[in-house]
Amino acid sequence: MAIEHSAPEHELETIDINVNVGPQHPATHGVFRMILTVDGEVVTDLDPVIGYMHRGNEKLPENCDYRQAIGYHDRTDYLAQFNTEHCYVEAVERLAGLTPPDRAEYIRVILAEFNRITSHLMFLGAFGTDVGVFGTSFMYAFRDRETIQDLFEEVTGERMMFNYFRPGGVAWDLPDDFNERARDVLDQVKRGLHDIDGLMLDNEIFLARCRGVSPVSQEDAINWSLSGPLLRATGVDHDIRRAEPYSIYDRFEFDVPLGEHGDVFDRMVVRFKEVQQSVRIIEQALDQIQDGPIMVEGMKRILRPPAGEVYMRVESPRGEYGVYIVANGSDKPYRHKVRAASFSNLSALRAMSIGHYVADVILILGSIDIVLGEVDR
Amino acid sequence: MILGLIVDNVVLDALIRLGVIMLLVPVYMVIITWAERKVIGRLHMRLGPMRVGPYGLLQGLADTIKLMTKEDLRPTTADRWVFELAPFAIVVPIIMALVALPFTADILIRNLTLGLFYIVALQGLSIVGFVMAGFGSDNKYALIGGVRAAAQLISYEVPFILSILAVAMVASTLDISAIVGLQGSTPLIAYLPLAFVIFVIAGLAELYRQPFDIPVAESEVVGGPFVEYSGIRWSMFQLGEFVSMVLISILGSLIFLGGWQWPLGGDVPVVGQMALMAVKTTGFILFFMLMRASLPRLRVDQLMAYCWQLLLPFAFLQIIINGLVLAYDWPNWTMTVMSLAALGALLYLTNRAARQSGVTYQPSTASAQRVGSVL
Repeated sequence: MAIEHSAPEHELETIDINVNVGPQHPATHGVFRMILTVDGEVVTDLDPVIGYMHRGNEKLPENCDYRQAIGYHDRTDYLAQFNTEHCYVEAVERLAGLTPPDRAEYIRVILAEFNRITSHLMFLGAFGTDVGVFGTSFMYAFRDRETIQDLFEEVTGERMMFNYFRPGGVAWDLPDDFNERARDVLDQVKRGLHDIDGLMLDNEIFLARCRGVSPVSQEDAINWSLSGPLLRATGVDHDIRRAEPYSIYDRFEFDVPLGEHGDVFDRMVVRFKEVQQSVRIIEQALDQIQDGPIMVEGMKRILRPPAGEVYMRVESPRGEYGVYIVANGSDKPYRHKVRAASFSNLSALRAMSIGHYVADVILILGSIDIVLGEVDR
Repeated sequence: MILGLIVDNVVLDALIRLGVIMLLVPVYMVIITWAERKVIGRLHMRLGPMRVGPYGLLQGLADTIKLMTKEDLRPTTADRWVFELAPFAIVVPIIMALVALPFTADILIRNLTLGLFYIVALQGLSIVGFVMAGFGSDNKYALIGGVRAAAQLISYEVPFILSILAVAMVASTLDISAIVGLQGSTPLIAYLPLAFVIFVIAGLAELYRQPFDIPVAESEVVGGPFVEYSGIRWSMFQLGEFVSMVLISILGSLIFLGGWQWPLGGDVPVVGQMALMAVKTTGFILFFMLMRASLPRLRVDQLMAYCWQLLLPFAFLQIIINGLVLAYDWPNWTMTVMSLAALGALLYLTNRAARQSGVTYQPSTASAQRVGSVL
């Protein structure tokens, strides 16, 4: 029997497939969902879907007393609670014209910088898992993170939703041996950073996987409204702690780590170096902190800031976290809006990802370091 | 003597031996699983399993019972026979390969003259099961995983076989017992260090272990071909994976590390042989576990480039070195020296490739245009 051979008239027809990643997927760090259009291993389109965790965190404080709303800021960026509280509390203070005493400011800075360390350690651990380390980076990072968590627990009585800062100061004073314990923890963090350096930053496969992936130019970074480590990885020297010092950040010496190419590797390195700088800030603050009052004298039971508006922004571990409040003279804010760093950074995901391999898109998403509580609010 | 027939009938004898091996394999798997969880737990600064039995020793048993009693789910849209037969397509060839694998000089099922060839041939067959699982599950993660597995296995099969071929050239036989018999004083790794390293790296890739776990990548394709499997079928995949790991470990200790002979010489009592084999095999398995706990995974294109651009040429280089030494009757140490020099070059090039990669990496221009249209 003769077999007929016919030359194909055109190339074999292929179709792109849609792959749904999330909202329940190990790599999406929460309830984030993205629909990838995949041509073989290359992502040709990406459709992010957010909103699975929307809880009305911006509207709810409009029905609360100013001090009741602090807890909602713990629940936006739930990995950097002190930083978000710091932002909100300082916004209210600016509205009401309060100046917290020195000791309270030092306590806030120390805790906020410790919180930056825990957040970045969380990133380093989870990012290692994204790249494919079987949990080792995670456990290394969490060993040190846990000591800081213990410290937080001792100060505030909570592990996660601290609710410790107050307009005008902090809720109560630090434990007596805080200074010594904090220094011990810092020593441990420094030792742990050495391990993470060897495991991740100096690992050939990490270099091969992360370098050159999704490079972002300075121009694009500014146009896309990136902030925080993503912005600084491109080489833009912008850190709100330095650019417009809030609280008492002008009293400390620290460097702003910068990247060069804005790729995934630079984002990781910038975060790693920021941990070292936070350690420096905390050490200086622990040297300078004095005994004294922790709350403004004569705070009223009900806070009624005069009518007006304020936009306060801080450098959270993820970038610029801002709170916009319009007060109408009552005990509740008239308007309350949060500017979340993750949300802005995440909106650049599509542009950063297209044309990369599926495996790289997981890395790019990981390197943005999203917190869905903050994205969806 | 164990080598003699257990019963008079040759077929019955083989069946009994096979039965014993088949019963021992799951037991061994339970032990290995426990050991792996314990070792990785320690590397993670955890305790590992501690609850079931002393030091969690019975954890494997509890897991087995759980997996056996779990519901065997099948997606309604899955291709029924392909889906259900895929685990067998993976496990059966690997168990069949055990038939020709000598564990010590006397403890074995059948020693084949073409044993090495037979084992390599069957070991490569398990790819069919991965592709079946990937295509039959009607799941996109499984599909991507299956295709990745196919590409990876086919690529790494080549340097894997070439490194074994280098052994066969030097030993001029494919009979594993005979190859071990040659290594009473010097193991073959002393002559073929390059082939040994290629064997281990390609073996890691064949086993889908870090840094080559791309087909089953947890953070990308969530388990790859296995994503739709549950209960006993899923545990058959695990069984296949662990038995291949043991198979490659035993094969490596036999053909490179002198099996039951080196370093104790030719006349070792059975207990000594077993101890030697256990030490060497455990060494391999521990190495695989350490890799798993400390390395991230490569990207698909890097995996392919590494195989075709570095491993394969160097595997051929080892063959050429062997050919030169054997054809011109040069002394044995020249083979060692040349192989070591080539190994140094391989490691240097690997390191350089990793350190320099990404510096020139750019997404394709077509996609860059697409990004332009996005914004």
